[in-house]
Amino acid sequence: MLGVFKRFINKFFRDLFQGKKEIKLGLYGPPNGGKTTLANRICKDWLGEEMGSVSNIAHETREIQIKEQIKIESKGKELTFNLVDTPGIATRIDYEDFIKSGLKEKEAKQRAKEATKGVVESIKWLDNVNSVIVVLDATKDPYSQVNLTIIGNLQARNIPVMIAANKVDLKKSSIKKIEGAFPQYPIIGISAKYGENMEDFYEALFKLTK
Amino acid sequence: MLTLHFIPYNDIEALSSAKRIQKILNIVKDDKIALLEGRLKKEEEKDLIEITMEEIDEKFKGVELAVIYPDKNYRHIFDRWRKGFVSMLLGDRQGLTVVGPASIVKEIKKDPNKIELFTQEEKKKKKK
Repeated sequence: MLGVFKRFINKFFRDLFQGKKEIKLGLYGPPNGGKTTLANRICKDWLGEEMGSVSNIAHETREIQIKEQIKIESKGKELTFNLVDTPGIATRIDYEDFIKSGLKEKEAKQRAKEATKGVVESIKWLDNVNSVIVVLDATKDPYSQVNLTIIGNLQARNIPVMIAANKVDLKKSSIKKIEGAFPQYPIIGISAKYGENMEDFYEALFKLTK
Repeated sequence: MLTLHFIPYNDIEALSSAKRIQKILNIVKDDKIALLEGRLKKEEEKDLIEITMEEIDEKFKGVELAVIYPDKNYRHIFDRWRKGFVSMLLGDRQGLTVVGPASIVKEIKKDPNKIELFTQEEKKKKKK
């Protein structure tokens, strides 16, 4: 009850002083959750082109990527936003993990260095986004401290959050586990790779940014 | 050998956020697992990740981090207010924060009211 009242007051004052501001929609989450795959899916659906490269090796996205003025439509409504794809947030980065994934030592060290900078950049960008989709791999444990810290900090900033439970095409995926961990947030199960359930996702996006 | 370093809340109570984080990181960089009574503020948890990233090099690979917090035990609104009031006065002493060096701690799993800590050696044994 108190939370609802607090959110109403925050929204009221935000709308009052900021008017209809530009929506900066951030994609946040741990590495390899599918943030860039989702960004590509959104861009392909509405702009006809992809946003960034994806890879099975973690930390493929090591710099903030922005796609401006994406206009989407759903049930006669329109929404325009800037999409901010962020590097995955992690608490550990070991260049030897990249070597195990097939990179040469020099490449692995360079990737590790860039990945650490990417995480710092992602965290700093928390101050620049005003709506966030947390992209989680639905086959993984949702209780990781990275997830809790990201969502806790977004909550503290009163930034509207929606969770995309990605990779629902995989047998091991469990939306219920994510719902159990974050019952207070809207959670949409999707497969960004195969475009499953994207209509519900776009519908939820309208609710998130209204 | 695995060394656990307990930090009573009193030890960090008077410290600034930056000093709290540095105290924890100094313990972790000394290859010990820090067990902090209570929890850091959300902003400090975020800063801990950020500073960890800035300090990563070939020797220091980062941290594994988990917080156990008895949040869900407070279902009644009065209990939540009481807890909030006590935390405001005395700091957030409830729960336990575990921070270990990534070179020693492979993974920390939360379930959500218990913590399982897997060390590098333990993982190797499990593969057999």
